[in-house]
Amino acid sequence: MSAKIENRIWDKDETLCRADLERLQVQRLRETVQRVAQVPFYKQKFAETGITPDSIKSAADVRKLPFTTKADLREHYPWGFLACDPKQVKRIHGSSGTTGKPTFVAYTKNDRDMWANLCARFLVSGGLREDHLCHMAFSYGLFTGGFGLHYGIEKVGAAICPAAGGNTPRHILLIQDLKPDVLIGTPSYALHIAEVARQQGVDPRSMSLRFGHFGGEPWTEEMRTKIEADFDMHAFNNYGLSEVIGPGVSGDCIFRTGMHIQEDHFLVECINPNTLEPVLDGQRGELVFTALTKEAFPLLRYRTRDIAVLDHGKCECGRTTCRMSRVIGRSDDMLIIRGVNVFPSQVEEALLRVDGVAPHYLIEVSRPGTMDEIVVKVEISPQAFSDKMRQMQELKRRIDHEIHSITGIRMGIELVEPQTIERSMGKAVRVVDHRKTQAGLSMPKP
Amino acid sequence: MKLKQLSVFLENRPGQVKVPCKALADAGVNILAMSLADTEQFGILRFIVKDPAKARDVLAKAGCVVKETEVLAVEVDDRPGGLLRLLEVFEKANMTIEYMYAFNANRPGGKAALAFRFDDPEIAVKALQGAGINAIAPIEL
Ligand SMILES: [Zn+2]
Repeated sequence: MSAKIENRIWDKDETLCRADLERLQVQRLRETVQRVAQVPFYKQKFAETGITPDSIKSAADVRKLPFTTKADLREHYPWGFLACDPKQVKRIHGSSGTTGKPTFVAYTKNDRDMWANLCARFLVSGGLREDHLCHMAFSYGLFTGGFGLHYGIEKVGAAICPAAGGNTPRHILLIQDLKPDVLIGTPSYALHIAEVARQQGVDPRSMSLRFGHFGGEPWTEEMRTKIEADFDMHAFNNYGLSEVIGPGVSGDCIFRTGMHIQEDHFLVECINPNTLEPVLDGQRGELVFTALTKEAFPLLRYRTRDIAVLDHGKCECGRTTCRMSRVIGRSDDMLIIRGVNVFPSQVEEALLRVDGVAPHYLIEVSRPGTMDEIVVKVEISPQAFSDKMRQMQELKRRIDHEIHSITGIRMGIELVEPQTIERSMGKAVRVVDHRKTQAGLSMPKP
Repeated sequence: MKLKQLSVFLENRPGQVKVPCKALADAGVNILAMSLADTEQFGILRFIVKDPAKARDVLAKAGCVVKETEVLAVEVDDRPGGLLRLLEVFEKANMTIEYMYAFNANRPGGKAALAFRFDDPEIAVKALQGAGINAIAPIEL
């Protein structure tokens, strides 16, 4: 890797000692409870359970508060959760919502400033400096990615080329001519830029990009390795969602042992999506965030449906905040196989580790007797196909080994012909769960 | 002399083997030798034709996963023990046969033909030449 990065911390609040941090969290949580007490949804819930700001004595008391879900936001569309005077709303963003109506979120001037500062934190943490030029490949729109990162970059004092939408050859032209240091966008788009550049005879490593800040979609460590090799850059992960604030909820430091959650602004919980009980550090669970400082749209215990693992251990970088793993999956997609939680994304990750296997797969779950059976159908690619039976069996063994090492369970592997797994527009169907349609069996609903 | 062999991936379900065979038949390609290796879940169909480039095209258009590899085809006397001499040559040269199969029809002069797959067909050719045996050239098919 060409560039060396120095560990730099943007904001001293990232290094508060845990006791001071918790004091701050409790104080801010009480303020938030006060602020949302007039939001009809919370007002009613508080009345039912007798919650007041005085009910909050420790950060753990957040568990006394009600959950908020995407469905709740839809039900109170568009502004039922607004906690400030509508005149104080100075920015609106939203999420498209893959099904049905979009949902909107709002920011006051303070919210906007706070958000820019949170983006500045993770950008600096991942190597952004004042003298850098950033190439923005996120679009500017209702989606929080573009504007969120934009104001974070300006907060740091670096320069931006807001290339945003547009076709890939144009992005490549701008990158070649303007020589930016940093690429901002989704990780899959970064890989796409590299691929198109190569098709045009341009080696992406000859480009000036040395840092990448990627987010907006779940990705894998394998993708990071590929992006870093493709561009000869350091690639950093950041996480956020519009309901919480947008990008800036968490981001990598240079040690990349998980993304530091900005805990002075968001209280994080990791819960079992079935029992709603907290899980321990190191165990997979659904992330739940409570806004601590937001004025316009503070949500209590927002259920993200994102599955990840928390780590409260010390990090070498000096930040004292808790770290979260990559998003492993969505709680809606979670499969329980013989009592073990499995996510389709884990199977995908395993397949990416085996050369020549196309990432087209279908997971079929059934329960022929009393035991769950899980079979992964994998499309064979011409590169992976061999006329030797030995090599074909070896390929199956490698797929089996990778899937077992990532998920901890053994699945049946079926090699199938290319193009036989149905492609759907938009979100691919990855799982067929026959157990749901088998008589006499009911599945626990996540 | 080495020959080009085509292999096709097959899922084990009814009618699967028909797909490549029908594609070749429709294109007027005659199969000179073939073998099917199968497991309970998938199979590998391998065969030799006169014009492998054309056959490959036809199969790819039919949606098959095709792989081209080199095999050695050798004539033996069509009588008990005809194959044995050949096997002794390979054994002496310390060659492992990956797999082998017979041609569909007898060759002129009371000969039978067999196709052999080695990791390194070059070494096998040399071993045969050392024993005074010639492999079948593509033009002799
Ligand atoms: Zn760190």
